[in-house]
Amino acid sequence: MINLIGLILFGILSILQSTIVSRIPLLNGTADLILLFIVAWALQDRVESAWQWCLIGGIFASLYSALPFGTFIVTYLIATGIARLLKRRVWKAPFLAMLAATFIGTIIVQVLSLAARLVTGVNIPLISMLNLILLPGLLLNLILAIPIYSIMRDMAGWLYPEELEA
Amino acid sequence: MQFIILFLIAMGIVGLALGGYLTPIARVVINPIVSAQSWLAKRYQAVQSLITQPEDVTSLRQKNAQLEAENSAMQVQIIELQQQVSEAQLLSTLVDYERRHVENQYIAASVIARDVSPFMHYVIIDRGSDDGLRKGMPVITQQGLVGKIAAVTAGAARVELINDPGSSINVILQQSGVEAVLNGDITGEIGLDMISQNAVVQPGDLVMTSGLGGNYPANLVIGQVVTVRSEAYSLFQSASVQPAVDFSQLAIVLIITNFQPVDISPLIPAPGTP
Repeated sequence: MINLIGLILFGILSILQSTIVSRIPLLNGTADLILLFIVAWALQDRVESAWQWCLIGGIFASLYSALPFGTFIVTYLIATGIARLLKRRVWKAPFLAMLAATFIGTIIVQVLSLAARLVTGVNIPLISMLNLILLPGLLLNLILAIPIYSIMRDMAGWLYPEELEA
Repeated sequence: MQFIILFLIAMGIVGLALGGYLTPIARVVINPIVSAQSWLAKRYQAVQSLITQPEDVTSLRQKNAQLEAENSAMQVQIIELQQQVSEAQLLSTLVDYERRHVENQYIAASVIARDVSPFMHYVIIDRGSDDGLRKGMPVITQQGLVGKIAAVTAGAARVELINDPGSSINVILQQSGVEAVLNGDITGEIGLDMISQNAVVQPGDLVMTSGLGGNYPANLVIGQVVTVRSEAYSLFQSASVQPAVDFSQLAIVLIITNFQPVDISPLIPAPGTP
């Protein structure tokens, strides 16, 4: 049931990402909605489906991208791992954990995407990548991080209700 | 007797009035009456409207809400019609292009998505192998070359734009006949490389596909040279190109279906072979 909701959610998110968000760049960088939702979900307490949702999001992103298949799956798995790690370490300040996970996750996704392009024989200057894609994308992701965290916290409360003690 | 006197006075007044002798007097008398009457009428209307206002306000508000709803519905209709007009204009220019270039066969497709990665300059169109599209087919608009099909599914296809960093096209400058290679960039711009140092390239030169390499048909417009960079210690000149197509506004594209790309990679000698 929860994974079915994940399928629907990430299906909608990938459509939004490819039709709207990709058309609103800051310089050449864009926000990564799928990454933000995956990271925000991984940071929620009681959530047990973080890895499954990460895989679903990665598969959807790979379908909508010409990057070598699996690049997004690997990058999102690493971002989820970092988010789960941060959740244990910074559990008292969830918003801080969200910002940190977004920051690290965005850098991982961008660097591995760049590496995937380099492997396929396309040379991209590092300075251009940093100035035009990484930093603007990072800024957009950090702006959206907190609202998305709030949405996912509500969703986690709905899907994993707190058990009342008798 | 009294009656006769009154009758004569009345007749005299009538006579004077008919003769127009009473007009100045009438004006003096009537003007204050008209003023008083209009003053009284205005006050009466004010009082009347004060009494009947609540009813009017309610009905006016209802009417206003109704008109506002009608207005917004009509505005939506206008926007829809404007979209239809712009789409019809776009299609009409594409049809014109088809008529002018009868040597090719075309299929029109809508751009439905962009690549989710900012590192990739690709778009997704709503036609696929079911419509006869194959990998490598060139994609154009009425302005010029857009790119080529990189991957196909049954109902959709992925198009590599010419401004993708992985795109490389053999081109020719129309005015000078100079050959060069057009490369995409991560910034979304396009530029010419491998221009011989002896070649004379001017800003404004038209850049077209040369057909060499077999990836694109010849003579498809790409853009115009903007600036030329020539350095003494460099083997080749380079130039930046203003693309004819606005890649951020792609909506409808044409795919040339009768062009078969040629794979010449087996003919290229591998490094180290004699």
